[in-house]
Amino acid sequence: MTMERRETDEMRSRDDTESQDNVTTGKQPAPWPEGSRSPNAPDNRPVVCEFNETWYSYDGGEPAVEDVSFKVRQGDFAAILGPNGSGKTTLLRLALGLLKPSNGVVELFGETSARFRDWSRVGYVPQRVEGLGSRFPATVEEIVEHGLYRGFDPLAIFRRHERKEVLDALDLAGISHLRTRAIESLSVGQRQRALIARAIAGEPELLFLDEPVSGVDAVGRDRFHELISSLNKEHGMTVFLISHDIGAVMQGATVCACINRTVVFHGAPHHITGEHLSELYGFPVDVLLHDALHEHR
Amino acid sequence: MPEIFQFDFMIRALIGGSMVAILAPSFGLFIVLRRLSLIADTLSHVALMGVAIGFVTSIYPTFVALIATTSSAAGIEQLRSRGRLPGDAALAVFLYSSLAIAVIVISKSSGFNADLFGYLFGTVLSITDRDLWLIGVLLIVVILFVASFYPELTQSAFDQDLAHVSGVRVTATNLALAVLTGATVTASMRVVGVLMVGALIVIPVLAALRLAHGFRTALVLAVGFGLISVWIGLAVAFYADLAAGGAIVLTTVAMLALAEIVGRLQDRFSSRRGRGAALPTPLSEAKGKDIEPANS
Repeated sequence: MTMERRETDEMRSRDDTESQDNVTTGKQPAPWPEGSRSPNAPDNRPVVCEFNETWYSYDGGEPAVEDVSFKVRQGDFAAILGPNGSGKTTLLRLALGLLKPSNGVVELFGETSARFRDWSRVGYVPQRVEGLGSRFPATVEEIVEHGLYRGFDPLAIFRRHERKEVLDALDLAGISHLRTRAIESLSVGQRQRALIARAIAGEPELLFLDEPVSGVDAVGRDRFHELISSLNKEHGMTVFLISHDIGAVMQGATVCACINRTVVFHGAPHHITGEHLSELYGFPVDVLLHDALHEHR
Repeated sequence: MPEIFQFDFMIRALIGGSMVAILAPSFGLFIVLRRLSLIADTLSHVALMGVAIGFVTSIYPTFVALIATTSSAAGIEQLRSRGRLPGDAALAVFLYSSLAIAVIVISKSSGFNADLFGYLFGTVLSITDRDLWLIGVLLIVVILFVASFYPELTQSAFDQDLAHVSGVRVTATNLALAVLTGATVTASMRVVGVLMVGALIVIPVLAALRLAHGFRTALVLAVGFGLISVWIGLAVAFYADLAAGGAIVLTTVAMLALAEIVGRLQDRFSSRRGRGAALPTPLSEAKGKDIEPANS
């Protein structure tokens, strides 16, 4: 697998636009953080995921998601923030076609998620895996091979190991040394890296992550977010990350959606105010800014 | 030639038993990993209902049981996948309703109690050529299915949502697995009996999971444990004049105990080797930088 930076014409034109903006301001640093867009720049990048007036309720009860509309564009690092029970995971499951919206539309690459079939363009890292905890016998390498699934292949059981795409994905996730270990024998952080390797083995364009670092210690969390940022910035993957860890996510995100059943805020992370967060979490929140980084406490 | 091979009924028992020993754990691996072990027990009770109806209607009982188990397996999977009933509740509904029908059919009939006893506890020593043909055809179908759909089956066993996002047709895979499990239960019923059929599907798999390192290895080990259990069980039954089904199932339990002992010895050996080894690679050279200790 060659994980080269994907620079589409649209992305290059975005960079050009931003460079021109810098020139017009006498090469002064942009007033927005690196990685986020100029507020006035036209955004022609393709939409890879779109929620349009989306509603969802479980078993016809109270809505878990109310009238949510926002877009994720190619190259974005979209962070979806919100408290527990705010509908974040429901949104992700709607995007992946695992749930069908009660009302409205959810699209992946311009196609409704229920009809979407080109799954090689999508990677997914869940919060938990059903099979783990039952002595699942697969090695890390076998799990990462799952990411290369491209449809019915009657001879797959006879395929040899050590495929280059698998080795590259393991290397990128930083777990080459764990290749032959049983997936069940890994720590929580190592398992999440194995799931990342599985998700990126097929070189997807859009990577969905559902609170991937819950249960991981602080050092592990930081390293994990560094890895995700690197996949976004250096390998051009669009990231759709669900989290409630605001401070960690803000370091890499280029766009942010704060969700509490409905969209409380959508835009560049540095535009989030204490009022938005107070509305999101239901209690007063102060925002402390440190240079270009924004830490919310 | 050993005495055991001088009787036609024992040759047929060994052939039939060996085919079932390959069939049952091949499916059992995916069923156990999906935490659906109870499905074998449920479908065996459905098979009992089919056998009872077969006796009453004078239709080949194994064939009626085959129809009953495969259609019930499809029904259970539909109820479970559509979320109408939780997985275990759907199993309970099918188990008790089929058992109730079987009891009513048996109570209203007479004259086949002795035959029914054979189905309950296994009739491997009176297995017929027709049974062997049925099991043989099923074995070919199952081997082709598991080999051809290996990626789909392993992905679905690991995580259904992940499998969906990989492009696996999860619903169709689950349905096919359930239907063929029903057929496997019917075939295995001839060897160990309705009441113990679940053991041949589940216990060799548990033994394999204790020792296996890799999914393909687990599949091979599970089939290996199944074959050894059937061979030893039949030999013990022949020479000690015991019920073959019970002897086979007790051998699978012995295999599980042996796997547990070997597994513990392996764990102890690898932890000693870990302590005795030279200092690990310096952290700065470790590619992954992930230095958290293993959970297990």
